[in-house]
Amino acid sequence: MSTTSVQLPGWINYGVIPLINLMLALFFSGLVVWAIGENPFEALQLLVAGALGRGEGIGFTLFYTTSFIFTGLSVAVAIHAGLFNIGSEGQAYLGGLGAALVALSLDRYVPWYVTMPFAVIGAALFGAACAAIPAWLQAKRGSHIVITTIMFNFITSSLMNYVLVHLLIVPGKMAPETRTFLPGGQLPKLDWLIALFGGKLGAAPLNVSFLIALVMCFLVWVLIWRTKLGYEMRTLGISPSAAGYAGIPYAKIVMIAMLISGGLAGMMALNPVMGASGRLQIEFVGGAGFVGIAVSLMGRNHPAGIVLSALLFGILYQGGAELSFDMPSITRDMIVVIQGLVILFAGALEYMLRPAIVRLYQQVGGGK
Amino acid sequence: MGLGSASDPAIELVGIDKKFGAVHANKNINLTVAKGSIHGIIGENGAGKSTLMSILYGFYQADQGEIRISGRPATIRDSQAAIASGIGMVHQHFMLVENFTVLENVMLGAEGGQLLAKGTSSVRKELKRLEDDYGMEVDPDAVVEELPVGTQQRVEILKALYRGAEILILDEPTGVLTPPEADHLFKVLRVLRDQGKTIILITHKLREIMAITDTVSVMRRGEMVATRKTAETTVEELAELMVGRRVLLRVEKGDAAPGNVLLSVRNLTVKDSRGVVMVDDVSFDVRAGEIVGIAGVAGNGQSELLEAIAGIRKPSAGEVWIDGKPAAGIDPRRLRELGLAHIPEDRHHMGLVLKFEEYENAILGYHRDQRFGRGPMLDLDAIRKEAEEKIAKYDIRPPNSRLRTANFSGGNQQKIVVAREIERDPKLLLIGQPTRGVDIGAIEFIHKRIIDMRDAGKAVLLVSVELDEVRSLSDRILVMFAGKVVGEKSGDANEQALGLMMAGIAA
Repeated sequence: MSTTSVQLPGWINYGVIPLINLMLALFFSGLVVWAIGENPFEALQLLVAGALGRGEGIGFTLFYTTSFIFTGLSVAVAIHAGLFNIGSEGQAYLGGLGAALVALSLDRYVPWYVTMPFAVIGAALFGAACAAIPAWLQAKRGSHIVITTIMFNFITSSLMNYVLVHLLIVPGKMAPETRTFLPGGQLPKLDWLIALFGGKLGAAPLNVSFLIALVMCFLVWVLIWRTKLGYEMRTLGISPSAAGYAGIPYAKIVMIAMLISGGLAGMMALNPVMGASGRLQIEFVGGAGFVGIAVSLMGRNHPAGIVLSALLFGILYQGGAELSFDMPSITRDMIVVIQGLVILFAGALEYMLRPAIVRLYQQVGGGK
Repeated sequence: MGLGSASDPAIELVGIDKKFGAVHANKNINLTVAKGSIHGIIGENGAGKSTLMSILYGFYQADQGEIRISGRPATIRDSQAAIASGIGMVHQHFMLVENFTVLENVMLGAEGGQLLAKGTSSVRKELKRLEDDYGMEVDPDAVVEELPVGTQQRVEILKALYRGAEILILDEPTGVLTPPEADHLFKVLRVLRDQGKTIILITHKLREIMAITDTVSVMRRGEMVATRKTAETTVEELAELMVGRRVLLRVEKGDAAPGNVLLSVRNLTVKDSRGVVMVDDVSFDVRAGEIVGIAGVAGNGQSELLEAIAGIRKPSAGEVWIDGKPAAGIDPRRLRELGLAHIPEDRHHMGLVLKFEEYENAILGYHRDQRFGRGPMLDLDAIRKEAEEKIAKYDIRPPNSRLRTANFSGGNQQKIVVAREIERDPKLLLIGQPTRGVDIGAIEFIHKRIIDMRDAGKAVLLVSVELDEVRSLSDRILVMFAGKVVGEKSGDANEQALGLMMAGIAA
């Protein structure tokens, strides 16, 4: 009897195991910091203080968290249908074009809260469009989704280059970006949310899209665990042959799952484009799509877990930036190493400790 | 033979105890296997047979107890140590490299150096000797995947013998064999025994125990409940010992009262993914109130036939009519609406999603029903309530709709599928391997349900590799060979005649 079939209670599966994995990652990160001659405890303290110490730090942390929630959800929805969407990066990038087109055309005429729903739809549609061709190729031709979505990241990148440099650039300017949106095309900052806890947002770009992200978490949860479509996606994701037996149409579910996944990735663009910079800039996604893969895996593809792991990565991003500022010997690259260790232990080595924990649980708890 | 205490024991297990967490898989097991005998071990799934043999073969370590081989205490840490002590194992699922030759497979792991030439010639010589001694002829240069299953099994036995096995453990060896192949295996086993080898046969088929063993030990719930000389026991006694209560071994059923044709198959042809014709121009009818069984050796097109009727595989030609409506090439969901229910051959890959909780599997295929939630939503309360009703009605254990399906035993998993498909009150029921990997108590229950369906005026099409099962349930038997229906017999047809037809020899 192997340990893989043993059912562990939720608090161990989703609480204890990720926590131990995180501790391991921090331990090895500490070794790395120690090896370059810095004090690991001091570094950890600086990182946490930088991310959570002041209102502004928290604002930045939650700003990053917002982007990671969107891309994490995007990856999770596809994974539930058995599809590994590596293309969230490109789908988010194209989503930015959708959001920007809405903002550019409406910001003159209406306030932000009228623009917002159209921008959400625009971003989602463009993100979904970017996922549509790989989805169709997988559904109808069996071309592997991993390969095609990676290719589409490059295609989108080049396309957006062209669009920004040749079509949307402000005449006479050097920077490949659109004009700055008027307030009617920008999402307001969440000063009040931070003020609620007695802090000050300052220059941090935390904005309304954070709330949209939380709403999407709930909707994704409903979709996956409370709808017939979600049931069909999960069946297909776990057992394609059982899905065939049950009459669940493969091509249709693959298409739908990928369009939703792409749509969620596209919505990520709301955060930096309409929330932070107020314009569409080149390479604004900045790797958030790839981080989404780690976020989703670490959060066990569950919205609640995704919020937590997105928060962790938000802390690492913001705290890491502060840390490299305060400890110059810890460079930006060192921060990437630490993030890599977190991904390694929390995502890739998820099951490394499980057998030992199962055995411990059986001895102590005596469960089956 | 049954020399009993007169001969030396080949294996003695003394006080073997093994726990997996709270599961007490082996409780203080004592077992003595006489040298030069065939010793059967029977028991239901989960009785602890496999655990015991895994301890003997070094996959697990016993928590307590002692293993003695030829009277000497032995420590078996892994399968290498088991082989060194002269124990060989033939697994239920073969451990062969399919695209290697017989010779390469026998040599694998015993090449005798970096260069193969020496190993090759010694294996070739040894295979020749084994052939002469035991009558186990096999072409050393044949590629394994091109050999019939029975011959592949022989290669497994040869592998063990080449490694000097004096004690052979065979785990459910006849599951994949035709009756003639099984007979041949038994012949080989008898020769091996007469040459002084010791054989342990793990099976749940009582007939085989009676046919070939000298001694039989019965396990139930982790305990060794009895050991009998085969000559001094009966099938009834063994069944009762296995289950712990009296069991009805014969299926009791009245005469069939066939009514309208509910399933009509005309000139159906089905190809597999490589384009090979698996079902070749097959036509037959199944009427209301009758069970039509399809007998055949696994791989002769029965699976593909069933999948084509169930809409999982598209037929390349021919027609299917369900209750007078065209049904060929229609997707499974609409077929269910036409009144078809399907208990698939492979419950692990088709009938169930093992990672789902039980209640989620209780709606598989019917999840779009309005009763399970209005519009796009699922009504979990309604689903769980219905799942729990079925659990009670079908005595599914443990009675917990929130338990992961993988954690149910094989018999209970099958009951989940059977409950789901039968409780829909279909017109036509397709059943593949209804009792594969299911223990005796549940077999009795499932057979009873199938007969009930027939008596309620449903049409039942049954595919099973267990010839006994086809014979005891069916009112009519169609025999498939190489994709064609080669003959039809009545339900009480004699086994030998069917066996010959299944082998493609007589029509």
